[in-house]
Amino acid sequence: MKRRKIDLAEAPKNFAKGVDDRFQAATPLRGLLNKVFPDHWSFLLGEIALFSFIVLLLSGVFLTLFFDPSMKEVPYDGSYLALKGTMMSAAYESSLHLSFEVRGGLFMRQLHHWAALLFMASIIVHMARVFFTGAFRKPREINWVIGVLLFLLGFFAGFTGYSLPDDGLSGTGLRIASAIMLTLPVIGTWLSAAIFGGEFPGELIIGRFYIAHVLLIPGILLGLIAAHLGIVFKQKHTQWPGPLRTNENVVGERMFPRYAMKQGGFFMAVFGVIALLAGLFQINPIWLFGPYRAAEVSSASQPDFYVMFMDGLVRLMPNWQIYIPFGDGYSIPPMFWPAVVGLGALFTLPMAYPWLEARKLKDKRSHHLLERPRDNPERVGIGMMALTFFLVATISGGNDVIADKFHISLNAMTWAGRIGLLLLPPLAYYISVRICLGLQQHDRQVLAHGVETGIIKRLPNGQFVEVHQPLGPVDDHGHPIPLEYAGWVVPKKMNRLGALAPAIKGFFYPVEKPADIPVSPAVGGPAKREEIKSGR
Amino acid sequence: MTSDTPARRRARVFSRRRGAPSRARRRLGAAVRMLAALVLAGGVYTAFTPGAFAEDNVQLSAVAREGKALYDTSCISCHGRDGQGVEDRGPSLIGVGSASVEFQVGTGRMPMTRQEAQAEQKPPQFNDAQTEQLGQYIQELGGGPELPDGPLVANLESDPDALARGGELFRVNCTSCHGFGGGGGALSSGKFAPSLSDATAEELYAAMLTGPQNMPVFGDNQLTPEQKKQIITYISVQLQDDKDPGGLFNLGRYGPSTEGMAIFLVGITLLVFTSLWIAGKS
Repeated sequence: MKRRKIDLAEAPKNFAKGVDDRFQAATPLRGLLNKVFPDHWSFLLGEIALFSFIVLLLSGVFLTLFFDPSMKEVPYDGSYLALKGTMMSAAYESSLHLSFEVRGGLFMRQLHHWAALLFMASIIVHMARVFFTGAFRKPREINWVIGVLLFLLGFFAGFTGYSLPDDGLSGTGLRIASAIMLTLPVIGTWLSAAIFGGEFPGELIIGRFYIAHVLLIPGILLGLIAAHLGIVFKQKHTQWPGPLRTNENVVGERMFPRYAMKQGGFFMAVFGVIALLAGLFQINPIWLFGPYRAAEVSSASQPDFYVMFMDGLVRLMPNWQIYIPFGDGYSIPPMFWPAVVGLGALFTLPMAYPWLEARKLKDKRSHHLLERPRDNPERVGIGMMALTFFLVATISGGNDVIADKFHISLNAMTWAGRIGLLLLPPLAYYISVRICLGLQQHDRQVLAHGVETGIIKRLPNGQFVEVHQPLGPVDDHGHPIPLEYAGWVVPKKMNRLGALAPAIKGFFYPVEKPADIPVSPAVGGPAKREEIKSGR
Repeated sequence: MTSDTPARRRARVFSRRRGAPSRARRRLGAAVRMLAALVLAGGVYTAFTPGAFAEDNVQLSAVAREGKALYDTSCISCHGRDGQGVEDRGPSLIGVGSASVEFQVGTGRMPMTRQEAQAEQKPPQFNDAQTEQLGQYIQELGGGPELPDGPLVANLESDPDALARGGELFRVNCTSCHGFGGGGGALSSGKFAPSLSDATAEELYAAMLTGPQNMPVFGDNQLTPEQKKQIITYISVQLQDDKDPGGLFNLGRYGPSTEGMAIFLVGITLLVFTSLWIAGKS
């Protein structure tokens, strides 16, 4: 019998040729696979959010297979003894069934919840990176706005998901949501009645939130994430200033194979960390919370951390109620200001920031090179001010837990939060602006005088001076000629110049080759080793 | 009234003595009888009521006398002589019962370190026998709630529903301060509901019965002894017995506040290092 000869080495080529013959894929694919992405660790923070979203979609699909979004009252007859015979909604019953009887169900529930927390946490970290490096500047303002919207949608996705199991804690959260709706002047009661289908809690809300949580919000999220990535793709990623990098080019790695492999690896790492959390750390133990009863409100009832800032603002708001003697009389409850006005301002101000900053700086150019935070102290100050405000509000959202665990009076915590909310942000602004200016000055100092060597030289007149290693050429007197700042890292230690130890190389730092590509515009200059010798 | 010849007057005086008593006499007699009745009533009252100021209380049992000796050296400065209380320092202990003493002294809350919002739990200053003596003294001094004999935890073999009923009662009555997980919570102005993680059945029962510190009293009309035992069953079997199916770390069961910390301290930290590592490999 004659054996057919298959040349394995030729197989991929033949396969690819076959595909190209049929679909003419080579030309568009070449452009895609050769697309260049700049490489920096901080550019990977947004990917954490993207990858946790994928984990959220996958684990969420698993959960929908077992969840029953119904508020019909049923007696519990599952394996969790401490609730046996208790009347509860079918939603809570199916969540318990999912946790205790479905194989791997509790792990998947925890995976979903931790992925949600990681999604929101990485959005915050990613936004901070984008903000502090000025990556939101023209032409990327719209993508910044989409990013803020993604946080807002994640906020609502998280809140609706938190409400679905219909346990004691989520019902308490719903009660607060209903109260916030009721604070809206004129339309409040109508809105709450429309959403809950009558008086709170009614029998419809879980079904409605379910559709919002599994279809509407994820659909919009998916669309916005696609737009977010598409715009990054079209506008190309920003990059740090550095050797060979200009506002007109992109220096980095090709999409295929290295960048794609790194991204694949990073996805595995993100998935792994979420799975580790889901397996080791218990989250949202709904079986302890019991079915929702309006009369049962636990102490330390908090929303998830990304909603906690709002809870904190509500806790800090003084009891200022406004009465409007008009018609039958209207009132604006104090909760209206932090929960409705506050939330609105906290989302619209960041959205408008790119245009506000451009207007202030009269800057209409397109920026593809990032700015080091220290080079724009005012922006860093404003960002730190916002972050401090967010942090104080978030901490105040958990102020009862902190008061209890650290033996502080709860009243003191509330007043500390009120005062801190007003005093700490300006303080953070001032301190961070001063730090930025100090770092700038140190950069300029090194560029002007050279790197400190740690070598002390004694002059003939007895004076001691430290020997500096100039980064560039020196003039006739041996004084370094001052160098221009290039917007990138200035070497500040001798080993960064290759003088004391092998050049930076290691686990967490990129292995750079200073020989053929200058790290900084000045490093290539002649090294004045003689001067160091003379100091000995 | 009548004629006033001397003979008649004499006879009238005589007859007045022998006949109907005069007004002054009647009044005197009434006063004497009233005094006698008062002395009798007061005497009976004094004889049948335990004297709060009795110098030598012969009714105290031997155990209670030991307790009194301890009381007089360790408690009297705030709670006063014979547990009457001292204003602005310590409340009266008349009627608090031995259950209260066993809780407060047995958990080290009493004697108090200093006057503050709430006494902290600390290593007990008295051993079990001394605590019992103190309790017996206070019990004999003014009566009050006592811990019942017998087991304080429901038998789940014979009454399997006790756990679920206890859970329901716990969520209705206890979680608003102690939290769903029994980890404790803050109250106003430095007061707090302590964690239940190390409370014994006796302490839980005594606390419900007597309402120590800032806790309300759950008397037998609010929660029957059987319901108290169900709650204790839920706390000891479900909450204390490490029933955390969700992982090695339960994050204190404080809910989202510790979970939010964990996602930054563990999740984001690990992944930032991962991204440093991945970006470093170029």
